[in-house]
Amino acid sequence: MSVAAFIEACRAAGLGLLGTDSDALRPATTVDVAAPDWAAAARVARALDLRWAALWADEVADGLRVHCCLEGGGRYLVLRTHVAEGEALPSHTPIYPAADRPERHARDLLGLQLADHPDPRRWTRHAAWPAEVHPLRGDRPLRPEGLGPTPTDHHYPFVQAEGRGIVEIPVGPVHAGIIEPGHFRFQAVGEIVLNLEERLGYVHKGIEKLAVGRDAEGLARLAGRVSGDSTVAHAWAACQALERAAGIEPPPRAIWLRALMAERERIANHLGDIGAICNDVGFAFAQYQLTRLKEAWVRASAAAFGHRLMMDRVVPGGVAVDLAAEAGAVMAAQARALAEEVAAIVAILEDSESLEDRLMTTGRLAPEQARLLGAVGYVGKASGQAFDVRRDAPYAPYDRLPVEVPCYRAGDVAARAKIRADEIGISARLIAALLETLPDGPVRAPWRSPPAPAEGLGIIEGWRGEIITYVRLDREGRVARFFPRDPSWLTWPALELLLQGNIVPDFPVCNKSVNGSYSGQDL
Amino acid sequence: MLRLFGKILRTGIVTEAPPRDDEIAALGAEVKGLVQRHFGGSLAIREVDAGSCNGCELEIHALNNPYYDLERYGVHFVASPRHADVLLVTGPVSRHMEAALRRTWEAVPAPKWVIAAGQCACDGGEFGVSYASCGAVENVIPVDVRIPGCPPTPRDLLAGILALMRRAA
Ligand code: SF4
Repeated sequence: MSVAAFIEACRAAGLGLLGTDSDALRPATTVDVAAPDWAAAARVARALDLRWAALWADEVADGLRVHCCLEGGGRYLVLRTHVAEGEALPSHTPIYPAADRPERHARDLLGLQLADHPDPRRWTRHAAWPAEVHPLRGDRPLRPEGLGPTPTDHHYPFVQAEGRGIVEIPVGPVHAGIIEPGHFRFQAVGEIVLNLEERLGYVHKGIEKLAVGRDAEGLARLAGRVSGDSTVAHAWAACQALERAAGIEPPPRAIWLRALMAERERIANHLGDIGAICNDVGFAFAQYQLTRLKEAWVRASAAAFGHRLMMDRVVPGGVAVDLAAEAGAVMAAQARALAEEVAAIVAILEDSESLEDRLMTTGRLAPEQARLLGAVGYVGKASGQAFDVRRDAPYAPYDRLPVEVPCYRAGDVAARAKIRADEIGISARLIAALLETLPDGPVRAPWRSPPAPAEGLGIIEGWRGEIITYVRLDREGRVARFFPRDPSWLTWPALELLLQGNIVPDFPVCNKSVNGSYSGQDL
Repeated sequence: MLRLFGKILRTGIVTEAPPRDDEIAALGAEVKGLVQRHFGGSLAIREVDAGSCNGCELEIHALNNPYYDLERYGVHFVASPRHADVLLVTGPVSRHMEAALRRTWEAVPAPKWVIAAGQCACDGGEFGVSYASCGAVENVIPVDVRIPGCPPTPRDLLAGILALMRRAA
């Protein structure tokens, strides 16, 4: 996709473009459109096959500024518009189903009014605050006085199915395992799932509001807790956005160390998930082996970087810890050994017909469905969407490294597990390459607030897929707006689709193979 | 099938006992002794994520890996609060989880104990109290033991479980 082609197509469709800027939100190009043209611009984007990636709103003097991030061929485009107080914005949801929940989130938190949004129900807001209160508005306090106990959310109007023999199964928010909370509503006939509806938002902690007024360091700490299993990737995306806003270039060694940590994080999570997927279909062998490898792996992360999950190691301007010279050699050897062990275990798994029987064709997301939902990460890659920021819109240090991107079309649990196994090997090779080329020098550039209000975009390939983070700083260099879009925003809806027609007992394994972050999407 | 078994046998090395960890073994031995004497040989924990970033969950999961293998000390995680002796709660309690946490606590038969695991559960951590968060677990239900750390390591968690049992014994 070229930005020029998009602008050309908009003009041809008779849309008045109010200006474009290729600098304000590097590497994206911003395109301003008038609010009445908002949906028409999305139709142009859809016709050009752009992927709808994110939406966030921001309060400005006389209304809301709304941003929509689109991607095509590794080029990013941010559509922006201004909606006056009391004015309604045409919804993107009828054009791009992926827009559904992000738009409802903006409606709940900022009072964005949406014309013709097909779903009037609340999303992030449960019963903790009333409909007319929009907590992200500047006039709403972070800590309102006199809040009583929060009522339950049991009046949420779930979609109903009617007919003979249809049963409804409610699950959650407290699940029967060590897992984040959320609610799932199944409609089933016998064991076959007709429909699954997710009700999330249970772990909404007000992250966007908490960010307001923080300094750069404070924001990085918060970003590292958007989703604890992606602490490196989210902190990196936030720091990248901050650094772009402030015009700061972290030293090369810091960038390499960030990538080392990010690849370690990817491997750790994939190890855990492959084991958990196998365990869910009664193949405890894999769980035992892979959790053993994962524990050794996170211990090595702690030895090298001082924290098992590497939390708070990515900081504005660079990283908080250096890698000792000896540790590099140990890490390279460990990555090689791990890749070999995993390959051996995967060979055993592939040899098991009973495992194949449970995982193949289970929870299938067809490539067309994945494309429509804009699914990223292993969910997208297992369903024909071969997109990876590291390869397709590369940032340092990946612009110097070959990044292989596995891709399958089967779209089932087996394919998602296979992508993860492939990615472990690829990341292990990347770790070796990063260690071989690790530059010398400092690991942190001093932070300077930009002299004037500024904004920045961070785009990082986390282990779940693309993370997009928007940051706006005020004239004192304090955070005025922070929006981290976890890849889970795009893969939670995929879970609903891929479960249809499967049996209820296969839900855990389907869910595990997608492994959406609750915290990352609830915010 | 034979090929599978052959491979498992040939890969025998991967099923070797994990490296010894004397500190964990010592903590575990004491836990096991207390479980035997005071909890009829088995301590059942129900984990509740009441708003965590999921970092704490990763470390709680790790307690079940072969390095720690919590079950060998008689401590296991259960699916229902009705089967639990202890609630292990993580996260600042999000206001959306407030009612669910209280109800889960009510469902645990007495005598019952609550462990607040992680900085957020102890004092609200990075999130504190806000329109969306009640902060510390003790702002919603009574807490017996606090395990600080962001997240607490599996070792910290094991030590915290031990601290609870010393108190409860
Ligand atoms: S204590 Fe740390 S790891 Fe645990 S939930 Fe809070 S922020 Fe996440």
